[in-house]
Amino acid sequence: MLTNKLRNLFLSAVCVLASAAVATAAPTIKVGALFAVTGPASFLGEPERNSAQMVVNQINAAGGIRRQKVELIVMDTQGDATKAVQAATRLIKEGVVAIIGPSTTGDTMAVIPLVERAKVPLISCSAGAKITEPVKPWVFKTAQNDYLAVTKIYEHLVKHKLTKVALLTVSDSFGSSGREQLKALAGRYGITLVADDTYGPKDTDMTPQLTKIRGLHAQALICWGTNPGPAIIARNARQLGLSIPLFMSHGVSSKKFIDLAGSASEGIILPSGRVLVADLLPKNDKQKKALLAFVKEYQKNFKAEGDHFGGHAWDAMMLLKGAIERGGASRPAIRAQLEKTRNFAGIGGIFNYSPTDHSGLTKDAFVLVKVKGGDWTLVK
Amino acid sequence: MGTERNVLLKYLLFSAAVLVAPIFFSGGYLLNVLVFVGINTMLALALNLLLGYAGQISLGQAAFFGLGSYISGVATANYGMNPWTALVLAAVVVGVIAFTIGFPILKLKGHYLAMSTLGFGIIIYILFNETIDLTGGPSGLSGIPYFSVGEFQFDSDLKNYFLIWGFALLMILFSVNLVNSRIGRALRAIHDSEVAARVMGVNARLLKVQIFALSAVFSSIAGSLYAHTMTFISPASFGFNFSVELLTMVVIGGLGTVYGSFLGAALLTLLPEFLRTLQDYDIVFYGLLLVLMTMFMPGGLVRIPSLVLPFLAKFKVRRQGNA
Repeated sequence: MLTNKLRNLFLSAVCVLASAAVATAAPTIKVGALFAVTGPASFLGEPERNSAQMVVNQINAAGGIRRQKVELIVMDTQGDATKAVQAATRLIKEGVVAIIGPSTTGDTMAVIPLVERAKVPLISCSAGAKITEPVKPWVFKTAQNDYLAVTKIYEHLVKHKLTKVALLTVSDSFGSSGREQLKALAGRYGITLVADDTYGPKDTDMTPQLTKIRGLHAQALICWGTNPGPAIIARNARQLGLSIPLFMSHGVSSKKFIDLAGSASEGIILPSGRVLVADLLPKNDKQKKALLAFVKEYQKNFKAEGDHFGGHAWDAMMLLKGAIERGGASRPAIRAQLEKTRNFAGIGGIFNYSPTDHSGLTKDAFVLVKVKGGDWTLVK
Repeated sequence: MGTERNVLLKYLLFSAAVLVAPIFFSGGYLLNVLVFVGINTMLALALNLLLGYAGQISLGQAAFFGLGSYISGVATANYGMNPWTALVLAAVVVGVIAFTIGFPILKLKGHYLAMSTLGFGIIIYILFNETIDLTGGPSGLSGIPYFSVGEFQFDSDLKNYFLIWGFALLMILFSVNLVNSRIGRALRAIHDSEVAARVMGVNARLLKVQIFALSAVFSSIAGSLYAHTMTFISPASFGFNFSVELLTMVVIGGLGTVYGSFLGAALLTLLPEFLRTLQDYDIVFYGLLLVLMTMFMPGGLVRIPSLVLPFLAKFKVRRQGNA
């Protein structure tokens, strides 16, 4: 009886010591991730989680960063600010060196006070311009600012002398942020907004708004939303015989949109990250190599098309990897090195962070694409 | 007399447990979750007074919670008001709104009452989303200050824990007194039979509106506390889903019991944290647990002692018999 007990004690002591020894030999780098894997923003969170995990697996298969393995701790925010704050608190207490995500601007704004106070680098995957304007020392982002997309569309409109424009935006955070930028930048390009209508994220028929717009002699219609709203608008516009050119946002830049809108998507132009047209890019494009690798890996791992949402997480994880390689895995070092990132060719664009710019991208991060024959083509 | 002493003893024990809890959780992330348990306890309690005691359903509780949050948030972030003043302002405004809409709404019963409170909740939700200049719209309102007293700021989980549970304990004390008073008995009478209550001389119509307003004021205070501890709010937290979640807390915890509100709030807030280890399947277990609990514990978590104690007593008797 007693000897048995003693032996058990001895064995467990050995186990504890052994595991402690292993732990000291190769301490892992803990990286936190906050993604809206479930809930209404899961179309962002799921590819982001997949992409981040994919990068981490690649890093570990190649022996880790500076011979240290990376451990990714993913927390689901469900797109809810309260849950995001709880999850971020937990990640910080668990001693992560940095956090990537959250997926939505709302979640990001909610966790910013926390990470700023705890001094933990955060690389957000959401688009809202106010995340990095004004610059916060510990907060970076990889998703392109909305106004870069707006700029791209407006330049195209001016070039084709289409200056009377109607807006139709969705009343959620993506749409309201887009609407704000569309209105703010119109004056600079000499564009008159003849209509400024909105629709609800769950609306199933936008004929009333489009009928009104038809009577206004607009020369172009810009719609800002994420699936499925814009596809419904494309169909409704086709049914009404609305003949003016239709522009969409980068919120629908995936094959899914063409599937949903069917033949009504023909001729629609929208700004998109390069990932959508990776194989159409010229050979000298700096991002081409990274893009093709991402698309191929994603296809191999998840049997689905890698989109630019996943790309935001891929970029965040790669930027973090670069920073740790250069300066080591401590929170202040990562922050300092992230800020020194120059000419990193990722999925979303070519990143140049600086002490005054934590979003790092220019309007060249976007290309204009047009639907032709049921697929995307580059607009020259 | 004896029961009154029991009520007091129960309250003191509960308060003591709340006060010492941080010793076990300080430094961990769970303390942060316990702060939210405190907020949800207030909200569940508010709904329980209305639904559990007076028998009037509301599917718009998230709207009162949101109104409290947004009035507090907008007044402090946009107009530089003191957070404490904003809390009182929000509570008064929400109280007046609830009292005003209470008269027509509470004439309705059952499904119709549920529908109209649901409608109210949706209207307020749309209001938060569309008044972008004021509320920041769907992407939220940031820059809300913490509570502070002089130089002392409630900026850590520990400080906020005591602040929020201080309010929660006061609300529980108030509710315990209320339900054990003449008014509490009148409420239960309305719950069982409104006609009978009116025959007995209870002013049912006024009392229902009053308890509706009280419930709204409690929710508003919880909302202000939420806004000033989060320092950021967005409309997504105050949607229909949250109203349903509150309803679930009350039903799971135990209808018509003050401490049941706490148990329901604690379970529904903490459970997702413990289920995180199950990764993607957590939501399945979460749903399953709720279904099982409503099937086998219709009285709520608060009835567990009354299910377990007789069993234990029997066990004890048997053992004594053996000896």
